[in-house]
Amino acid sequence: MSLTTTIPSRPGTSRGLRRLLEVPDGAYRGALGIVAALFAILLLAFVASMVIQSRSAFAHFGLSFLTSTKWDAVHHHFGALTFIVGTLETTFIAMLIAIPIGLGCALALAFATPRRLQVPLGSAVELLAAVPSVVYGLWGLLVVGPWMREYIEPALAHLTGGHFPFSGAQIGTGLLLAGVILSIMVLPTMVAISRDVLMAVPETEIEAAFALGATRWQVMRKVVVPGARTGIVGATTLATGRALGETIAVTMVIGNTPALAHSFFSTGATMASVIANEFTEATEPYHLASLIAVGVLLLVVAVVVNLAARLAVRSVGHQRAIGVGVL
Amino acid sequence: MTVMAVDPLLARRAEIQQIAQGAADRRQLLSRIGILVCRTCLVLALIPLAALLVYVVIRGISAWNWAFFSHLPTPAGIPGGGISNAIVGSVIIDSIAAAGAIPFGIAAGLFLAQSDGRVGGVLRLTADVLAGVPSIVVAIFAYIVLVSRHPGSLGHFSAFAASFAIGILMLPIIMRASETAIRGVPHVLPEAALALGARKATVAARVVLPTALPGLITAVLLAVARAAGETAPLLFTAIGSQYMSWSPLKPVNAIPLVVFQNGIQAYPDLVKIAWGSALFLVVAVLALSVGSRLVAARLRRVRHD
Repeated sequence: MSLTTTIPSRPGTSRGLRRLLEVPDGAYRGALGIVAALFAILLLAFVASMVIQSRSAFAHFGLSFLTSTKWDAVHHHFGALTFIVGTLETTFIAMLIAIPIGLGCALALAFATPRRLQVPLGSAVELLAAVPSVVYGLWGLLVVGPWMREYIEPALAHLTGGHFPFSGAQIGTGLLLAGVILSIMVLPTMVAISRDVLMAVPETEIEAAFALGATRWQVMRKVVVPGARTGIVGATTLATGRALGETIAVTMVIGNTPALAHSFFSTGATMASVIANEFTEATEPYHLASLIAVGVLLLVVAVVVNLAARLAVRSVGHQRAIGVGVL
Repeated sequence: MTVMAVDPLLARRAEIQQIAQGAADRRQLLSRIGILVCRTCLVLALIPLAALLVYVVIRGISAWNWAFFSHLPTPAGIPGGGISNAIVGSVIIDSIAAAGAIPFGIAAGLFLAQSDGRVGGVLRLTADVLAGVPSIVVAIFAYIVLVSRHPGSLGHFSAFAASFAIGILMLPIIMRASETAIRGVPHVLPEAALALGARKATVAARVVLPTALPGLITAVLLAVARAAGETAPLLFTAIGSQYMSWSPLKPVNAIPLVVFQNGIQAYPDLVKIAWGSALFLVVAVLALSVGSRLVAARLRRVRHD
């Protein structure tokens, strides 16, 4: 037997709606449970359909799908190594730039910015995340690309004497440009999360270090950064995940050549860019299955990277507000 | 000082003080340099933002005129033309996606906010991981389900397939952000309603969700802003079109697609349209994110008065 009462409705609430709001608790819980189950089913269908549609490629090419660099639609031979390497190269360049700058940014925002500038500067960096990636692609292709060709690439070639990996023709578009654009795109992820974990370091530890006579820099280096290490690793991993999977901006600036690159200046392709570039043209079944198989690889990488990052960030103890557990 | 220097003790003390001062000065100098490096990083991060916005505004605004918003695209080489069909297409795609993802996401967020057990934990983690899955992979899923030929599929490119992909991208953002908003509701409120004997569904609909409304609005607009700017999920679902189409079951054009497809062309007229569309996209996305914060802040203020 349950004691139920009716909260008086606002005028205008229809009787049907009122009924709906007063379903028994069991039905309410059941409805929410169904929504959660639907979400789980959707994800299972997602993974299952990808696996089924790519099966023929994995079955036909076997391990050579991962180790072969031959991507040849005419002779029906597909190996994804070129794109795996391309993805690793662009992500490497991106993180090489984004990790130090992002960490510096986060430190500056957390400990070396006047209080009234903290919020506006923080939002400005986060604004970078709100800009759609296709806009980065357009800007990268038409503004940064020519600029790379005229200034940055000649300078890098001059500094290193034109040796690997800064050899070859300087054309602007290519792996280096993709890496640079990616680094700008993942910066907000890097900065926002590391700033939050840096600020989560206990105030008492910081004050204790100051009391021992440490300078601001020493406190940052010896207390704050080590204290937030796991969270920073998590932030870096999340940013890496974004760089690995970014599609449209990379497709616009990388040049889309399915061949192993021997220089950061040369054009290339990544796993995501080859899908974006060839999917609608893939009329031959093995071609389509191979592209979906590349998608499966990308999915596996994304899941592993994100799981690792979430667990790292969570272990820092993002304390969730104690909410409406009673409901 | 010169007279006192005769005393060896005092001389030693002065020497030690000098060494200590030197060490302190060195540490202070190092500290200044370190902080300067960090601030330089901040400036370095803001330069691309400024450069991007300046370029998009300057090149974009010159493409904006009445025809840009009201005309259909023209073939390559013919100047003029607009993006009216892309605006319509984007509105169709994103509103269908939002109509599906918002109620579903908020209900799932409500479920998460009430589940602290293992099921909730797994679901929460799954949502976080889904948020990190590249949008191009979600696009493949939408293609397999709704575009490729099999029973139950539409069997051709359509705005609806794009909505499906975009909706999946919105889901985890709405779920997690609405969970946070719902958990932010002070628990005395639902407890008071429950103590009065109200049913849980009533409490959720009449107490918890209205109280969490500012947070929910932010969550929804954030998700819509993120998803509306996505291009990869549209490539082989909506696919683009030169014509005006009001039907969700037909291929449509979309603003991000215009930026991509026109941006990589060699014709200056098409590139100009791409810049104009990029500006349109940036303005729309920024308006949504800034607007969400303003609305939420206003609602909170009204409530506190």
